[in-house]
Amino acid sequence: MSITLQHISKQFGAFKALDDINLDIPEGELVALLGPSGCGKTTLLRIIAGLEQADQGDVFLEGDNVTDQPVKNRQIGFVFQHYALFRHMTVFDNIAFGLRVKPRKLRPSETAIKEKVHALLQLVQLDWLHDRFPDQLSGGQRQRIALARALAVEPSVLLLDEPFGALDASVRKDLRLWLRHLHHELHVTSIFVTHDQEEAMEVASQIVVLNHGKIEQKGTPSEIYDQPQSDFVSRFIGQTNVFHIAGDEQHWLKSTGIIVDEPKGIVAHVRPHNISVEKTADPANSPVYLKDWQHLGGTIRLELNRDGHNGAGSTIYAEMPNEQFRELALNKGDRVALRIKHAHWFN
Amino acid sequence: MSAMNPSFSRRAKPLTLNDSVWLRHTLVIISLLTIVLFLILPLATVLIEAFAKGWSTYAASLAEPDALAAMRLTLLVAAITVPLTTVFGVSAAWAIARFEFWGKNLLITLIDLPFSVSPVIAGLIYVLIFGAQGWIGPWLSDHDIKVIFAVPGIVLATLFVTFPFVARELIPLMQEIGHEEEEAALSLGANGWQTFFKITVPNIKWGLLYGVLLCNARAMGEFGAVSVVSGHIRGLTNTLPLHVETSYNEYDFVGAFASASLLAGLAVVTLVVKTFLEWKQKQDLKAARQAAAE
Repeated sequence: MSITLQHISKQFGAFKALDDINLDIPEGELVALLGPSGCGKTTLLRIIAGLEQADQGDVFLEGDNVTDQPVKNRQIGFVFQHYALFRHMTVFDNIAFGLRVKPRKLRPSETAIKEKVHALLQLVQLDWLHDRFPDQLSGGQRQRIALARALAVEPSVLLLDEPFGALDASVRKDLRLWLRHLHHELHVTSIFVTHDQEEAMEVASQIVVLNHGKIEQKGTPSEIYDQPQSDFVSRFIGQTNVFHIAGDEQHWLKSTGIIVDEPKGIVAHVRPHNISVEKTADPANSPVYLKDWQHLGGTIRLELNRDGHNGAGSTIYAEMPNEQFRELALNKGDRVALRIKHAHWFN
Repeated sequence: MSAMNPSFSRRAKPLTLNDSVWLRHTLVIISLLTIVLFLILPLATVLIEAFAKGWSTYAASLAEPDALAAMRLTLLVAAITVPLTTVFGVSAAWAIARFEFWGKNLLITLIDLPFSVSPVIAGLIYVLIFGAQGWIGPWLSDHDIKVIFAVPGIVLATLFVTFPFVARELIPLMQEIGHEEEEAALSLGANGWQTFFKITVPNIKWGLLYGVLLCNARAMGEFGAVSVVSGHIRGLTNTLPLHVETSYNEYDFVGAFASASLLAGLAVVTLVVKTFLEWKQKQDLKAARQAAAE
C-alpha cells in the first residue's frame, strides 16, 4: 500500500516536532526514516500509524485519506522499540491476539489461527518457543516475535520504531539482514525509524533524512551518500572532512587539487576515501604528516595532522585499502602529499 | 574458596553496621514487646472475652437478630462501596497515568484528601448537607428520602473514607507499566474494551486486588464517619463496628467481643492476603521495570 503525507505538522508545547512534511512512499518500498534523536522521526511514524494525531496535514494510505481513522482501521502493523509484547501471554497467544480480537464474522477458526501462528513462527524461525512467556526470551527473539505478531493481521503497511535499537551489536547485524530478506519475501510497504546511518544504508531501499522536523533529503542509499544535498546530510551520513574556504586554506586546497580555478562554495566536504595519500617529494613544504592509523578490516584509516598557523593543527581522515597502505610503507610522523579526488560544496 | 565467600559476607554485614550487641538486642526486644502489648494481647483479650461463657453463648450472641442485621448491613455497605471505589480508582488512575490535562495535580492532591481529614469530620459533612437542618435536608424530607440515620448516609460516609484506596495503588503502577502494550493491542485491531480487559486488567490485576482488599477492610471496619451518620439504631443502621460499641455500652460483653472477633478475623485474613498480593505486585513491577530497562 502506498503512503502519502501532505503538510504534516506537529507541535509539543513550544517544540516543533514536525514542520510541514510532504512525502510519497510507493508500494513495496523499505524506507528508513533517519535522523538524530529529537528530529521527529518517531512522531512521524506514530502519526502514520494513527497512534498520534498531527496538528495539521493529511495521511493517505493507498490514496484514501485516513487522517481521522483510528489505529485499528488503518491495517498497519506496528513494531515497538521495546517490543511491547503482552507479558502475561505466551508467545503463541501474543501472535494470535490480532486474530482473536477480530469481530466474530471475520475471526478465523481456532484451527486456522493455530496454523497461521505456527506458519509465522516458522517464518521468524522460532517455532520451538511457542509456549514461552516474553520474559523468558532474549532481546532478539522478542523482536522477532513482535514482528510475527504484527504480521499476523496481514498489515498493508509495516511500521517499525527503532527495531534494533535495544539489541546487542552482533544480534543487530544479523537481524538487519534478516529484515531485508524478509521484506524481499513479503514485499509489504515498510517504514522503519533509526538514528543509525549504517543501519539505514544497509537495510533500506529508500532513505528519508530528517532534521529539526523537516525532510533534509530523500533518496536511495547511494544517492544520499554520493550526492548529499545539504551540509547536514553530508555530515550525518558517513564520515566527512570539513574544509572552510578562507584565506590560507584556499592556497593549500589548490595544491591538493580540490579547487581548480575558483572555490564552488564556502565549505568543502570530503569523504575519507576520496583523499589519496602519497609520499611527498618535498617534505619541508608539506604541512601534513601521518599522526596515527587504524585497521578497519578491509581498509586502513589514516589520521593525518595538518599544521595550523598557531601550531594547533587539524585532523584529516583518509582511507585506503590495506595493500595500498602496505606498499606506501609510511611511518608515523612521515610528511605526505594529499590529492583530493572529489568534494561536495556547500554555502 | 568461592563457596566460603557467601557465608563470610553474611557474617560481615551486621558488623559493618557498627552497632553494639546490646543496642541491637534492646531494639529488637522493644519492638517485640510493643507488638505483644498492643497487638497480640488485645487480640487475645477479644477471643478470651468472646468465649468467656463458652462456645454456645458465643454462637448464640452472633445469631442474635441485631448482630445478624449488623453483619448484613456491613456486607451490603461493602458490596456497594467497593465496586464504586474500584470504578472510580481505575478511571482516576487511567486518567492520571495516561493523559496530560489541566488540574491533574489538583486531582492527585484531592484523592489524598480523605487520608488527611478526620473520619468524624467526613461524617459531619454529610450530616450538614443531608441532615434535617442541613442544606438539602428539608427538600429530602419533603420527598420522603432518608439519607442521614439510614443506609444511604452510611454508604456515602464509607465511600468518602475509602475512595482513595484503589486509585492510590494503581496510579504509580500504571505509570510504571506505561501504555506501549495497549498501543500494540490497538494496532492489532483490538477495540477499547478488548484492550482494557485483555491487556490492561491482567497487567494491573494484583495492584487492583490489593487496593480492593484494603478498601474492603476499611469499608467493613470504618467506625468514625459511619458513627456520625448512622444514628445507632439497633437492627437497622448499626454496622458491625457500631454493633460492638452498642453491645458493650449495654453491658453485653460476650456479644460485643463476639462481633469484635469477627472483625479481628477479617483483619487477620486481610493481612495474610495483603502479604501475598504485595509479593505478587512486586514481581509485576519488577517485570515492568525490566521490560523498560531493555
